[in-house]
Amino acid sequence: MLQKSDVVHQYLRPKKAFPNVWCPGCGIGIVMGCLVRAIDTLQLNRDDVCLVSGIGCSSRMPAYLDFNTLHTTHGRALAFATGVKLAKPHMKVIVITGDGDALAIGGNHFIHSARRNIDITTIVINNMIYGMTGGQFSPTTPADSYATTSPYGNKENNFDIPKLAMGAGATYVARGTVYHVNQLDELIEQAIAKRGFSVVEAFSNCHTYYGRLNRAGDAVKMIEDMKKNVIPLKAAAKLPPEKLEGKMLTGVFLDLEKPEYCDRYQELIDSLKGK
Amino acid sequence: MAEVRLLQGNEAVVEGALIGGLTFFAGYPITPSTEVAEGLARRLPKVGGKFIQMEDEIASMAAIIGASCAGAKTMTATSGPGFSLMQENLGYAYIAEVPCVVVNVQRGGPSTGLPTKVSQADTMQARWGTHGDYVAIAVAPQSVEETIRLTVRAMNLAEDYRTPVILLLDEVLGHMREKVVMPDPGAIKIIDRVKPTVPANWYKPFEITPSFKSPMAAFGEGYRFHVTGLTHNEEGFPISDPKRTFDKLNKLHNKIMRYVDEICEIETDGMADAHVAVVAYGSVARAAKQAVMMARHRRMKVGQVRPITIWPTNEKKYHEIFGSKSLEVIIVAELNQGQYVTEIERVAPKHVKVVSLARFDSELITPDQILEKIKEVR
Ligand SMILES: Cc1ncc(C[n+]2csc(CCOP(=O)(O)OP(=O)(O)O)c2C)c(N)n1
Ligand code: SF4
Repeated sequence: MLQKSDVVHQYLRPKKAFPNVWCPGCGIGIVMGCLVRAIDTLQLNRDDVCLVSGIGCSSRMPAYLDFNTLHTTHGRALAFATGVKLAKPHMKVIVITGDGDALAIGGNHFIHSARRNIDITTIVINNMIYGMTGGQFSPTTPADSYATTSPYGNKENNFDIPKLAMGAGATYVARGTVYHVNQLDELIEQAIAKRGFSVVEAFSNCHTYYGRLNRAGDAVKMIEDMKKNVIPLKAAAKLPPEKLEGKMLTGVFLDLEKPEYCDRYQELIDSLKGK
Repeated sequence: MAEVRLLQGNEAVVEGALIGGLTFFAGYPITPSTEVAEGLARRLPKVGGKFIQMEDEIASMAAIIGASCAGAKTMTATSGPGFSLMQENLGYAYIAEVPCVVVNVQRGGPSTGLPTKVSQADTMQARWGTHGDYVAIAVAPQSVEETIRLTVRAMNLAEDYRTPVILLLDEVLGHMREKVVMPDPGAIKIIDRVKPTVPANWYKPFEITPSFKSPMAAFGEGYRFHVTGLTHNEEGFPISDPKRTFDKLNKLHNKIMRYVDEICEIETDGMADAHVAVVAYGSVARAAKQAVMMARHRRMKVGQVRPITIWPTNEKKYHEIFGSKSLEVIIVAELNQGQYVTEIERVAPKHVKVVSLARFDSELITPDQILEKIKEVR
């Protein structure tokens, strides 16, 4: 039987020079493994998969993987992906993005892609900070946390990614962490299989910046803490609110059927044929 | 018999786009370009193409690049403020060598300026709008009929040179209605990008070939390649060493400048013995034509030069055009404070005086105004 890591190796780009850009212990690599296993489980044809990303540590992922890959400008991945998807609707278009990329500069594209319900899977790797630019706060940095641009504690409030995605109109919304690898494999697999706009928040560690600035420990400590702080949605449903204080909920928040944008556009084209 | 229609410039862009084989349009409404989006929203799905109204111009530019990478022939249309927003991803298209056409129907600025008034004040934005080093191609028609031809040409240039091409209209041209003799289908040459023929694992999407042009595969057709806005090697992966950085930027430059004779259309009239030349593009060129005619009636030796491709500049060709011994003065007439005049100054011979006829009060330059200037400088 193939080991999990062997599956990943089969999808790495032969011509791309390794090592990668990530710090040792960074969770982004774990998410990459989850994505590859999900694609492998779904038995997708590589030629039909397009990975699109913006700018940030997270967004470097597509370059390492042997698919059609488009590394774009900061925050704009979803807008580029929309073009790819409409031009080639048979392709599986997957966006890899960071919390700053997706929700700050790219916030507008995020909500409008969800509103359209275009068949794109968005994996938001949430490390609660801007990694690539060296530790500034992001729209998911919790209030009072430290970042290089919030040296006295963050005075802003943070987005809850699943709530935002659901409010904007996504049809599949889930959250997992890089500690719960098997679950993350499955969530990403379900999101890709979904016909519609699907969002998976992959909670990850940036020990280099978030961890250091907030005394949250090294990579191992941060990933272990995910285990302690997480409550699965199903279990949470049975718990009183005070038990959920400060906890992170994981699992599938939403999974529903809704007409998809490219399908509706194709119906329009078909109905106009011969007119 | 050829079909004759009454069209406005923006509608002519729609007709040209369909002749040129457009399959994807993404845009965001803005006066005075909106009729382009409206026309394509109606027409594209009828021919199996896709129209999408994006959330803003940044997204529109991004979407056409994504679609182009997936093999579509793409276009967006906007005006000054939207063109500014597109600059970020326009730069991406230059470095990633993605064919696409950006229509800018110019209005007064800066900022939201005068939405329904004419200007040519984005002339320099079309050349230098985005950051970094690149060579821009921009074409500027003078009539509605020519707008059809140049829309197709812009699409052809984009495909041929794997680069964005800017179609620069002005508000008057965009909204003016004129008689148009529609081109016969099949009479205009259509160019499609060259696709690779090598096996997928040999393919280098950004190969530096002797011609500086490289074939472009499409996503989803068996070539799994990487596209990035980072400076990249021939395979498409990020690099930072000086040698390959030089090679990449040099390629961007050469793949266009080497073909400048082919790319640049310049129309001249009566330049052989002219003492005065009037340079003007877009709707101003029509006033210039009238003024030159009036001047010749008065036995003044005046010629006209009309840049149709306004970027890049064909220096050699201008040296020829302005090289005659008789030429003393060049008037550059434009609807801005003097943007193109600096470029003409750059290519004019030292002994020739270059003067600016700049109008920026939101009205057109009239033939009389140009004639006055001719008399003044003569
Ligand atoms: C237009 C623009 N503004 C700013 C930047 C600088 N920048 C690069 S990455 C980044 C933030 C990345 O943070 P995030 O999306 O959370 O990803 P991470 O690096 O944490 O994975 C910023 C601001 C840029 N590249 N482009
Ligand atoms: S800076 Fe943070 S997010 Fe970026 S690679 Fe290092 S640990 Fe990962």
